[in-house]
Amino acid sequence: MSDTHASTPVAARVRRLEERLIEAGLVSEPELDEILARYLAGASPLNGARIVARAWTDDDFRSRLLSDANAAITDVGLSMRSGLQEQRLKVVANTPGEHNVIVCTLCSCYPIGLLGPSPSWYKSEAYRSRVVREPRAVLTEFGLTLPDDVEIVVHDSSSEIRYLVLPLRPAGTDGLGEDDLVGLVTREGLIGTAAV
Amino acid sequence: MSDARFRPGDRVRVHNVDPDHHTRAPRYVRGHHGVVVDSAGEWPLADDRARELPDPRVEPVYTVRFAARDLWGGGGHSVTVDLWQSYLEPEAEA
Repeated sequence: MSDTHASTPVAARVRRLEERLIEAGLVSEPELDEILARYLAGASPLNGARIVARAWTDDDFRSRLLSDANAAITDVGLSMRSGLQEQRLKVVANTPGEHNVIVCTLCSCYPIGLLGPSPSWYKSEAYRSRVVREPRAVLTEFGLTLPDDVEIVVHDSSSEIRYLVLPLRPAGTDGLGEDDLVGLVTREGLIGTAAV
Repeated sequence: MSDARFRPGDRVRVHNVDPDHHTRAPRYVRGHHGVVVDSAGEWPLADDRARELPDPRVEPVYTVRFAARDLWGGGGHSVTVDLWQSYLEPEAEA
């Protein structure tokens, strides 16, 4: 897909911006490449899945994750420092009585380092405007029908804090180890638009 | 740096203002009451940064929980929004 992107007006604009930053001596070409590579190379939903699998199998990690996620995720070799400014990570745990779902109503803030580039629907006006107003209906459209007595909490990422949902561990997985559990966790589960 | 004015459990109201510059107070919570559920550290005020002010104010940011019925007149869910301190006032002042 990068071939087609290179010829779009946006790509040309980004390139002109890069050239001006380099001309102004604010950044060099290799530095820019390194920042982008560092930011995107490791960005994958697999990172979020590894955090969740560890939390499902290690109660001490789970409680540290919920109280100070930035510190806890260094246990699995991750950090929120891949961008220009360290962001605060808040992990919100689903329980049998409460389901969490993430949105950014103002733009499209998203923990890219832990989840990879966001899906296009996450950036859509329909999702951003509707999920804060009628989350149960939106989740049903995603194929997730929650029992009526499960309370839904929608987290609007309106500042420098990024959110990650800790889904409920699926029933019947007691025999699985951490590595096997990683494979069960989906990107949508980490956003809260699906169960795992 | 502003001192923290609120603590988890405090009831607050979002200022009902519509600035002509960028702000990170979503319109749908302005003027509404919520409860502080978490202190989320101290961050440069987005409004100042967007205006490229030389020394952006650094303020505490709070996670504030709103009941859907207060925001929309219905719905059993709640919405949390992260808000800079200067967006908020204590409920008693409202």
